[in-house]
Amino acid sequence: MTDFLLELRSEEIPARMQDKARDDLARLFTAELEKAGLRADAIVTFATPRRLALIARDLPEATEAVSEEIKGPRAGAPPQALEGFLRKTGLTADQLVERDGVLFAVIDKPGRDTAEVLAEAIPAIIRAFPWPKSMRWGEASSSTESLRWVRPLHGIVALLGDQIVPVEIAGVRSGAVTLGHRFHHPGPITIGSAADYAEKLHACHVIVDQDERRAIIRDKASALADAAGLELIEDEGLVAENAGLTEWPVPLLGRFDEDFLGVPPEVIQLTARVNQKYFVCRDKAGKLANAFVCTANIDAADGGAKIVDGNRKVLAARLSDARFFYETDLKVPLEEQAKKLEKIVFHERLGTVADKVERVAKLARWLVEEGIIGGASPSGTTMLADQAERAARLAKADLVTGMVGEFPELQGLMGGYYAAAQGEAPAVAEAIRDHYKPVGQGDEVPTAPVTVAVSLADKLDILTRFFLINEAPTGSKDPFALRRAALGVISTILQNNLRFRLERVLLKACGDDLAQFEDVFFGRIEEKLAAFFADRLKVQQREAGVRHDLIDAVFALGGEDDLVRLLARVHALQSFVTTEDGANLLAGYKRAANILKKEGYETPSPLVGEGGGPLASASGKGEGDSESSPTPPHPSAPSALPPSPTRGEGLSYTPEPAEADLIAALDAAGPVAADAVANEDFEAAMAALATLRAPIDAFFDAVTVNDTDPAKRAARLALLARVRDAVHGVADFSKIEG
Amino acid sequence: MVLDRPEALGQSRAVTDQPLSFQRMILTLHDYWSQHGCLILQPYDMRMGAGTFHTATTLRALGPDPWNAAFVQPCRRPTDGRYGENPNRLQHYYQYQVILKPSPPDLQDLYLGSLAAIGIDFTKHDIRFVEDDWESPTLGAWGLGWEVWCDGMEVTQFTYFQQMGGFDCKPVAGELTYGLERLATYIQNKDSVYDLAYNDAVGNTPQLTYGDVFHENEVEMSTWNFEVADTDTLFDLFRKAAAECENCLDHKLPIPAYEQAIEASHIFNLLNARGVISVAERQAYIGRVRDLAKGSCQAWMEKNGWAA
Repeated sequence: MTDFLLELRSEEIPARMQDKARDDLARLFTAELEKAGLRADAIVTFATPRRLALIARDLPEATEAVSEEIKGPRAGAPPQALEGFLRKTGLTADQLVERDGVLFAVIDKPGRDTAEVLAEAIPAIIRAFPWPKSMRWGEASSSTESLRWVRPLHGIVALLGDQIVPVEIAGVRSGAVTLGHRFHHPGPITIGSAADYAEKLHACHVIVDQDERRAIIRDKASALADAAGLELIEDEGLVAENAGLTEWPVPLLGRFDEDFLGVPPEVIQLTARVNQKYFVCRDKAGKLANAFVCTANIDAADGGAKIVDGNRKVLAARLSDARFFYETDLKVPLEEQAKKLEKIVFHERLGTVADKVERVAKLARWLVEEGIIGGASPSGTTMLADQAERAARLAKADLVTGMVGEFPELQGLMGGYYAAAQGEAPAVAEAIRDHYKPVGQGDEVPTAPVTVAVSLADKLDILTRFFLINEAPTGSKDPFALRRAALGVISTILQNNLRFRLERVLLKACGDDLAQFEDVFFGRIEEKLAAFFADRLKVQQREAGVRHDLIDAVFALGGEDDLVRLLARVHALQSFVTTEDGANLLAGYKRAANILKKEGYETPSPLVGEGGGPLASASGKGEGDSESSPTPPHPSAPSALPPSPTRGEGLSYTPEPAEADLIAALDAAGPVAADAVANEDFEAAMAALATLRAPIDAFFDAVTVNDTDPAKRAARLALLARVRDAVHGVADFSKIEG
Repeated sequence: MVLDRPEALGQSRAVTDQPLSFQRMILTLHDYWSQHGCLILQPYDMRMGAGTFHTATTLRALGPDPWNAAFVQPCRRPTDGRYGENPNRLQHYYQYQVILKPSPPDLQDLYLGSLAAIGIDFTKHDIRFVEDDWESPTLGAWGLGWEVWCDGMEVTQFTYFQQMGGFDCKPVAGELTYGLERLATYIQNKDSVYDLAYNDAVGNTPQLTYGDVFHENEVEMSTWNFEVADTDTLFDLFRKAAAECENCLDHKLPIPAYEQAIEASHIFNLLNARGVISVAERQAYIGRVRDLAKGSCQAWMEKNGWAA
């Protein structure tokens, strides 16, 4: 057993690509070994800016010898067949083995040296390497077929034990020699084997293990801040990036002019992080301090004094530019800035950003006035509506400011600062600042009413408009981030318990100018959007750990577009089916449903109503619902069965005790469950259903459904249909697994 | 620190207390790169946004012939003007361009040698190669490389050209673009570009600062770029340059055609500084310039008989 070392040395590999490159190297290497029937005990990978390395532990010296048997013609077959077989196998007739009248060729494949396997594997790995971006270089690049690598490839160390595995690719030959740190030790280093690789490099100022470099940066940066009486603002992304930019990381702490602290702290932090890859620090009071930590790639002869000074100057130049933008922006009121939005095209079919602002302002106001946001106190509503409209009108003004031009990721935040500085109400400034939220999964969801109004209106506008011009996401394409917008709407609705009919609001968001999109959009826009929301909600709930079959069971009821109510039902169902009663009721339901199915009474498509759908009707809040009773049996149940009588009346026979008990239980549970659903108390609805569990079990134990008396049989089947329909009043249990 | 390959790092300059003046730095780079086989060219006599526009870069990056050249190119970026008030931003500044085709295997070492030659001490300064892929939408060109940081300051753009004018570079050229003012403020340890020593005092000639030479230029040109330039004239010039480019292409004259593409590109930048190009129109203008540049490159390829 021998260890193998591979180092691919190149010019500086982008920091952001190094982690994936290690994974890819391990994956490709393992696959190449597998093809040859080899396996390493363990594989470790390393990446620095200048090298990508792999160590495979305990490789066998050779692949195992295998003996392969190939079946040939029968012993007495015509000579042509035999000759053909001999040609194919390369054997002579006397080398064949006869068994049961059939000839076999036995071919022994000797084991191959692992070194030989590796010599073929390495070029294959290099050629197949999936860099996100790769390039050609040098004389060889006269042909576009020349080797591609992330940056020019200069050296290959390939050692099996202490032996060089000979490889040559694009003029680079493998050996045992690599280079040390670019400045501390630019000369050659001869590696003995995998065992001394990291150690020898370390002696030449290269820490090959990225985790070790990360730990140094993390710990040292923190210690420097501590020593200065400050606290480092941790940033694992920066740790990894700096580790990807250095072979010998040396964090250094510097100070910048305190005057810059007048610039918003987010701006300073962003400038330091994005442009310079510096950490920043907090003082004891938690405020941003005038200190930064940069990570050098050398142990400087002067202890880093010149490096710190140089970095300080660069940061100062960046911050003075930022301050210039900030101070210039502060001189122009947001209303003035907002006028410039008339010149910015939002989308060629959707007018300017100013047009969009106008729509969002109206919608934000409407959401408040309708009581959807902020409740229904009339005096408060007017003020809230005014604030929502005001915030919406100013929310996009910062897009034309100098600061956001320089740092687009500060959109919203800067608007918030500028709004506060010009004396807008705090709720308005906050809404401007936070109206893009939530930006992604896990981002903070707005809860302040004004912010919620602007945030929802903004996202609903984006969604409806792009759907109207047929730019709905398809497959992996979502250029306008509509999925994210829909998820943002969903999170905001749920977090704030906002109760409304989604389709109605979506239709309102489409505004009065639906007609102008008639040439591109056909059908009912609100339905298409609601379906899109339903999909997003399923994805979101699945990711939140809700069983997908339970989501399906509730969605299968159809017609529900009050998301809060819909999810309350899902959650109640999730709790219920994990109880013993729930599991047993499910089993009883399935038995009933199976019998009905076998008898040709397919599960009715449950609760298909008109307008807002039956669930809305059950809640009594829907508009334009039919007057149908929400209690089972549902009118849309198959008509072939006579309605199962309640209280056992109308039966042509005396029901058996278990049958009578089930009828009684249904009589009792049905209205209770229906009332509970109407009151949106889904736990209570589930509890009512749970009372059916024992009678159903007893019914199946004691009563024969398939009675010879057709009247009994029909009545019992109708009874089972009642059970099924009662359950469907809460959820479509047929979708539930288990 | 062990420098066991001094030849790669060039003639390491004796570090004196006296840092290089702006002009001495240029002369040193000329000297260094001419010793490494580069033609020392002069600036292109047209207004352009970057040294890459010089025909010695753009057109020479195409085709199979080897080409090694170095030159200073004045660059104009109208929107970066600050009326001479910002210590680091200029609407007119100088780039030092080196193009080596095919890219030599020791290009990084050659480059570091040039930094050593102008007085950067690698035992005390932190040099980093930070990913920065270069793309010029107006030239239909892209390449992979880095911005080179010295103590956190970007001092050079280092690029391996992969495509120019929409054509694959065969072979690939390495391009180095030094920001001369930045490097000088760094080497001379100045906070403002206007305080740079432009020259060394010699005899009766006093030492002048960069500000002495260029400050008024920045003030007046910023005013013209942002406030005065007649936009109707500029729109007209843009159209005329585009038309003239096509006229040249009709006559199979790639170099004059390319000059008109450079002209159109700069006029577009001026229009942009005057704030009269909407976001929607912007892409259309960039696309127009790209078509002109690509057309010129294509004519150049055809004229030389090079296959794409």
